[in-house]
Amino acid sequence: MTQARFAGTDRYVATPDLMMAVNAAVTLARPLLIKGEPGTGKTQLAEEIARSLARPLYEWHIKSTSKAQHGLYEYDAVSRLRDSQLGEERVHDIRNYIVKGRLWEAFDSDVQPVLLIDEIDKADIEFPNDLLRELDRMEFYVHETRELISARHRPIILITSNNEKELPDAFLRRCFFHYIRFPDPETMEKIVRVHFPGLKQELLAEALATFFDVRETPGLKKKPSTSELLDWIKLLLAEDIPPEALRSGDPKKTIPVMHGALLKNEQDVHLFEQLVFLNRRAGR
Amino acid sequence: MLVRFFTDLRAGGIPVTLPEFLVLLEALEARLAALSPEDFYYLARLALVKDERHFDRFDRVFAEHFAGAEKLFEKLAAELPPEWLEQLGERLFSEEEKRRVESLGGWDKLLETLRKRLQEQKGRHEGGSKWIGTAGTSPFGNQGYNPEGVRIGQSGSRHRRALKVWEARDYRNLDDGVELGTRNIKMALRRLRRFAREGAPEELDLDGTIDSTARSGGFLDIRLQPERRNAVKLLLLLDVGGSMEPHVKICEELFSAARAEFKHLEYFYFHNFPYERLWKDNQRRFSEITDTWSVLRTFNSDYRVVFVGDATMSPYEIEQPGGSVEHWNDESGRVWLRRIASQFPRLVWLNPEPEDSWKWTPSIQITRELVSGRMFPLTIDGIDRATRELKRKTPYTAGDVS
Repeated sequence: MTQARFAGTDRYVATPDLMMAVNAAVTLARPLLIKGEPGTGKTQLAEEIARSLARPLYEWHIKSTSKAQHGLYEYDAVSRLRDSQLGEERVHDIRNYIVKGRLWEAFDSDVQPVLLIDEIDKADIEFPNDLLRELDRMEFYVHETRELISARHRPIILITSNNEKELPDAFLRRCFFHYIRFPDPETMEKIVRVHFPGLKQELLAEALATFFDVRETPGLKKKPSTSELLDWIKLLLAEDIPPEALRSGDPKKTIPVMHGALLKNEQDVHLFEQLVFLNRRAGR
Repeated sequence: MLVRFFTDLRAGGIPVTLPEFLVLLEALEARLAALSPEDFYYLARLALVKDERHFDRFDRVFAEHFAGAEKLFEKLAAELPPEWLEQLGERLFSEEEKRRVESLGGWDKLLETLRKRLQEQKGRHEGGSKWIGTAGTSPFGNQGYNPEGVRIGQSGSRHRRALKVWEARDYRNLDDGVELGTRNIKMALRRLRRFAREGAPEELDLDGTIDSTARSGGFLDIRLQPERRNAVKLLLLLDVGGSMEPHVKICEELFSAARAEFKHLEYFYFHNFPYERLWKDNQRRFSEITDTWSVLRTFNSDYRVVFVGDATMSPYEIEQPGGSVEHWNDESGRVWLRRIASQFPRLVWLNPEPEDSWKWTPSIQITRELVSGRMFPLTIDGIDRATRELKRKTPYTAGDVS
């Protein structure tokens, strides 16, 4: 059986190790856990896989209050209670009050779907443990109707994590694991090219140099990442800033134009301005 | 062959399990990794390592294992030298240096010798003057002293050749012995959280409400329950001044992380070793002191105590009454630490000094013995172990700490 292979898309640059990770997860139908700095395209990866393999995408965004049960189904007891007090007919069938979750929808899909479980670390520490059987066997039991729901096609499951909580070992054992590294300048250039095909070479080179300089600033609370760089370049293009404006003098001594797009934290902006000021004084 | 790799990984401190190993075999059977060793490396890492902190360890084991396993990658070794070495040479040698190499027998000859050595050598090597390895004086290897040397394995992954991907050891700073930031400390401290429902009932208890409504025949019966709060109480005792100066930054980070994580957090400072006085404001440490006795009375034994200090001082400061460097203490530090340890059964000591150097400092040895071995290094891994210790259901009783 030949499988469609994922090799990045026109909008997404994948490194060889990432391609290997995705293809292994697709071939063996095992969940793939993706970690990495914020803004390195973890969530976007799922969209791009779905797009390039032409599969439907189901997204399940996790919040701190999410429970594993929400992804399977919910039993809307309150509306049934209300209906019973109003004497409605539909109250007799419990099925009318079972609300399907994202996981169930994905299990129901006619073709093999892509399921994104986004930011699993936001949820309670027990959350991943509650999904062990569902991810392993791709089936679950609905107690209210006494039905066993199993996946028609094992979905391609992508799980992202920002490392806020440690995930349990039993859960990790069932996943493939990939850590998206911060792209090196070459890869970064490719990524920017993909997003801004018409970008002039000089502007790109200057912008990248400035960007990696800012990232090197010691003590930043939140280093700018790929998504910040892309926003910043978009701004530069919108304002039609010439490459020379970025090059004016030593990057250590001038504040780059529109640095607000790169530094998202008041303290970071402050620290950065102070450093530039100090460098300027020292250089005089 | 691969089974040995598996056992090597376990020996290298990576928690690999059999099912994961079987998945790797399954993936190999599905021909996910073609014959390229680079693919195999990615695939093995994907299937076996589940934490980026272990990537560096994995790289090391991988390099070691497959450096010795020449049979598997013999083909690789044979195809390696020509372009790989030439590119390396071009990058590292200036024209002048190359001329000097010529004078020493010629560039080709050097490469020829290197190729021979690569075939002769059966493993990694360090030091010495002939084999290829690190820190030696042979012309081949890295971090060596021969000006004509060929550097191997030290450069980045520019050419993306297989061997270099793991030799580059890009994930070194993710290994958990090293990095320490507020956020990481928070993650480690989170283990300590234990939620419990305490206080006035003010949250809707949905399950309880449904249950009691059903019991009362369908009439709504609202139930409330108290909010969940972190029930862990923490008492932080921090060493300030003197030999702690270099560690101030880490301690600050630990402190700010701990403060954000816990509702019940109390802290006191001491200097070098806890005696009969502690203080809260370092500026006014001589005017506003707190009697240690009153601390012992105020906080009951369900508080968990974390000492942070390097415990590096003269042993007299612990053993002798009057040993303190800044005031006269009637009772020795040993007595005071014993007292604190018996009041608070859950207690750990975090030490910013590197763990391997502890055995060379007598005062650390004494302190360690006084806290019954519950001293941990101030690294993420150490804090992790410390929180595990603090979390134990049965608090420490004499003789159960190795």
